[in-house]
Amino acid sequence: MSTRLFGEPVQRVEDARLLTGQGRYLDDLGREALAAAFVRSPHAHARIRDIDVTAALDVEGLVAIYTWEDLPPRVAEPLPLLIPHPALTHGRTAYPLAKETVRHVGEPVVMVVATDRYLAEDVCALIEVDYEPLKPVVGLEEAAQGSRLVHEDVPANLGAHLVQEVASIGGASARECIETSPHTLAFRLDIERSASMPLEGRGVYARWDGRDLRVYSSTQTSTSVRMAIAAKLGLPLPQVEVIAPDVGGGFGVKIVHPWPEEVLVPWAAMTLGREVKWAEDRREHFVASAHERAQVQYVRVGFDDAGRVLGLEVTILHDHGAYTPYGIIVPIVTSTQLLGPYKIGSYRVEFSSIYTNTVQVTPYRGAGRPQAVFCMERTMDKIAQHLGTDRADVRAANFIGPSEFPYDQRMTFQDGRPLVYDSGNYPEMLRMIKELIGWDSFERAPNRGIGLACYVEGTGVGPYEGGHVQITSDGRVHVSTGLTSQGQGHETVFAQIAASELGVPLSQVSVVTGDTRRFGYAVGTFASRAAVVSGNAIALACRKVREKALRIAAEALEADPADLDIADGLVHVVGSPSASIPLSTVAVLSNPLRYSFDAETAKATQFATATPVDRPPVAEGEEPGLEGRGFYSPLRSTFAAGMHAAIVETDPDTAEIRILRYAVVHDCGRLVNPMIVEGQVHGGVAQGIGGALYERMAYDSDGQLLNASFMDFLMPYASEIPRIETAHLETPSPLNPLGIKGAGEAGVIPVSAVIASALEDAEGFDIDRMPISPSDLYHLRERPAPGDR
Amino acid sequence: MKPAPFEYHAPREVDAALDALAEAGAEGKVLAGGQSLIPMLNMRLAAPAHLVDINRVSALAAVETTARGVRVGALARHAQIFRSAPVAAVQPLLRQALGLVAHPAIRSRGTVVGSLVHADPAAELPAVLALLGGSVRLAARGAEREVAARDFFVGPMEAAIRPGELAVSAFFPALGARSGTAFAEVARRHGDYALAGVCALVVLDEDLRVSAARVACIGVGPVPLVLDVSGHGADWASAARAVQDEAEPEADIHATAEYRRHLLGVLTERALRAAARSAGSDDGEGEGG
Repeated sequence: MSTRLFGEPVQRVEDARLLTGQGRYLDDLGREALAAAFVRSPHAHARIRDIDVTAALDVEGLVAIYTWEDLPPRVAEPLPLLIPHPALTHGRTAYPLAKETVRHVGEPVVMVVATDRYLAEDVCALIEVDYEPLKPVVGLEEAAQGSRLVHEDVPANLGAHLVQEVASIGGASARECIETSPHTLAFRLDIERSASMPLEGRGVYARWDGRDLRVYSSTQTSTSVRMAIAAKLGLPLPQVEVIAPDVGGGFGVKIVHPWPEEVLVPWAAMTLGREVKWAEDRREHFVASAHERAQVQYVRVGFDDAGRVLGLEVTILHDHGAYTPYGIIVPIVTSTQLLGPYKIGSYRVEFSSIYTNTVQVTPYRGAGRPQAVFCMERTMDKIAQHLGTDRADVRAANFIGPSEFPYDQRMTFQDGRPLVYDSGNYPEMLRMIKELIGWDSFERAPNRGIGLACYVEGTGVGPYEGGHVQITSDGRVHVSTGLTSQGQGHETVFAQIAASELGVPLSQVSVVTGDTRRFGYAVGTFASRAAVVSGNAIALACRKVREKALRIAAEALEADPADLDIADGLVHVVGSPSASIPLSTVAVLSNPLRYSFDAETAKATQFATATPVDRPPVAEGEEPGLEGRGFYSPLRSTFAAGMHAAIVETDPDTAEIRILRYAVVHDCGRLVNPMIVEGQVHGGVAQGIGGALYERMAYDSDGQLLNASFMDFLMPYASEIPRIETAHLETPSPLNPLGIKGAGEAGVIPVSAVIASALEDAEGFDIDRMPISPSDLYHLRERPAPGDR
Repeated sequence: MKPAPFEYHAPREVDAALDALAEAGAEGKVLAGGQSLIPMLNMRLAAPAHLVDINRVSALAAVETTARGVRVGALARHAQIFRSAPVAAVQPLLRQALGLVAHPAIRSRGTVVGSLVHADPAAELPAVLALLGGSVRLAARGAEREVAARDFFVGPMEAAIRPGELAVSAFFPALGARSGTAFAEVARRHGDYALAGVCALVVLDEDLRVSAARVACIGVGPVPLVLDVSGHGADWASAARAVQDEAEPEADIHATAEYRRHLLGVLTERALRAAARSAGSDDGEGEGG
């Protein structure tokens, strides 16, 4: 009977291939290609005096060495600033190869092409770059003072400054509201740098046949990489194809484009007339891709006796590193998503986005939200502590009520559209998380603590995605969408959507993503948007195909289309199962043929059909084939939400921190595949634990990254991650046909806030910095006790 | 991250390995499990002109367990020693320590002798050898010498091994009667090199009073710090304070020196207490962790 696949925990169809080594990642391609490698700056800030390649010229296998001076005009320009914003008054982007100045360790200076990567690195080692080192700008507060500059023409290292203010209903400013509040608190919070750190780094492989350029890139947006390459290399768009092969994780870093290498590798392939490939290694990824998270936040809050926030002022110093290719999306997300599930009486947020001589900062899963949630949830805990009330109760006192949706936060979100929450049920979610973790029955014990945190996540941003669906004469359904996959399980969930819409078995559906040969219009995979935007586009495409299939079948069955349904790939008359026609036959009939190749297609040839001779074989307004395209362009973001809670235990002697339990309640609207959503949540929580307890980018005062390897950058192992208990609440989104909300970033967002809340509970003193290590905790314990607690 | 060019040697006999090393001199490097060397080559932190791969020299894989102790050949993998019941019966500290060494994948390739030669000051096995008073046998073309642990570990990542020499085996003395061992450490993640670690050996007399107690500390100095704390009897807190006073830990990005010194006290006390407990029990099995 009907194949009800939407909502089922279907096993991931891509896993058998990916887990048995059949994946085709970037470096699996182009075995015969020339290899590129880069000489990268060892200095955080320096002027390039001279580049001497003499010693390198004798290496057998060397093909080419390029510096900035070798690049043609358009390639030599600075890389694009992808998302301009009026507040980003001093946006700066890097040259693909450094022109005169290097501004962070790892910036590419020379490109080498050789017959293999070993030789290319040998050549790199023999190239001598003469640098005049300049004193670097490291550390957010030092940078903000502006006594030294990252860019000579950017005063005070200030890239952007933005104030957003939402007055109270009565028209009072946040400051006025705070000053007239019964209670006020002021404090500072610090979050350090981390990074997306996908297991597969970036990579580009390009082939030029004299007319057409085909580029494979380990990217989160193949369509936009294609447009960028076409523009940079002066090629007509139809002569450029970009394909994202299997991608081993992205987590944000691969949405940035075009990377220097994404322009230089195709350019070299065209210049040399040879295939060229570059696969980033781990050391390069640490110093030459992107980081995120680092912020300093100053908070002032005023509240009443019930803990209701009357006024909130947050001033953020945001470290965006040496360049701003992705604009100021991260601090905008922090500023707006800080409000979470709460009705804040009045709010003023101000951020300064600051240059430092470090790797650039662009979105990493969560994209400014972990910092926002850390700020708001620390605030809630401090209010509860100040008033001596239960931390959950303070949150409940501030919640937006279930009947108050759509709820307008009166701000502008990261998509330039109003920050209006579409649906949610926060009190119910709080009840669920309290029950799941056992909040009310938690037994106090020394060195044990419980904590919780809430968040709201704007997901599924526009502008749009599209889907193409074709049913071929074998009855198979071919789905393609332009956005890319990095392991999320799109082949499964998009197939579930298509199979449910069309009434075919899952095994009949195949899905292709991120291949501009198959679908040319797309935005990309980021902001928890793939299921929302592509999922709905595919559903709309399927509905067109279904409508056409029913029309053709109705004619063949001499029935009314309204009386037909499709199940298991058969179109049948409802209530009369014997009157049916397979979708494969419908596909054949949809495409009138002159030539036949088998018995099935013979049915559509000119002497086999009974098409009336007084009208053309393809009726006016019709197209041959059983296929359709659909686009979904959301009015605005849809707002998912979640609440996490944890119980932690600290060692009284060694200050080691152990997570005893971790619980998640999550609402992403209608679930397409609960198992995949849980997997997303698990992975996100693991990254969040990394950010809370392990990961930081340790820059020294010279701008050297001291831990640029997996030995010293402490990504947690599976052994550091507790079992994660999950429960789902489903408040469907009214904004899209499928009622779904995004889930990709959910798990990571509140973890630092939750762990801080639980640690504070266990230790009895404020936890205002993340991450926290045993060494940090030891020193907090040893601090002379102030009167603050 | 590709290594600089090198010449690769894959001898099948010890003599052939020694010949290759003799000819390579200071430009030679031995490849056994490769768990430290290969990353160093790939990052070009090491660039030897000759790499002598001993993985085909089957004679070096031998592990001999006698009442005197355990002689571990240069090709014996961590996993093999970790699992060996005869080894654990003769010297339980090896299993206690190896449980803290990295993960199964690394233990299945990494070698015990390789770890000793690598001489990482935060690694467990050098401390085990130093605590037990073991030794390393070094062979060169036409010569062989046995170097005691106290002379073998010279500095961070530096062992007393000369150009042309191959560490063919290491000897870990057996645990005596009424003796117990334990290893306690704190690492950032499971299997990481320790922020600080202490292994302890406690020997009791016939009245079950402490007759000897010794610790070796890792992560708090350039080489394993071996200290005799027999004079403190069973006052482990006092022994711990003495160890803290002797150590000169340093700060790095993972921990301050002060925290490391603090940990050293905690871990010394824990390791000594566990070792004493196991010395007083029948099976002599101590505790790791």
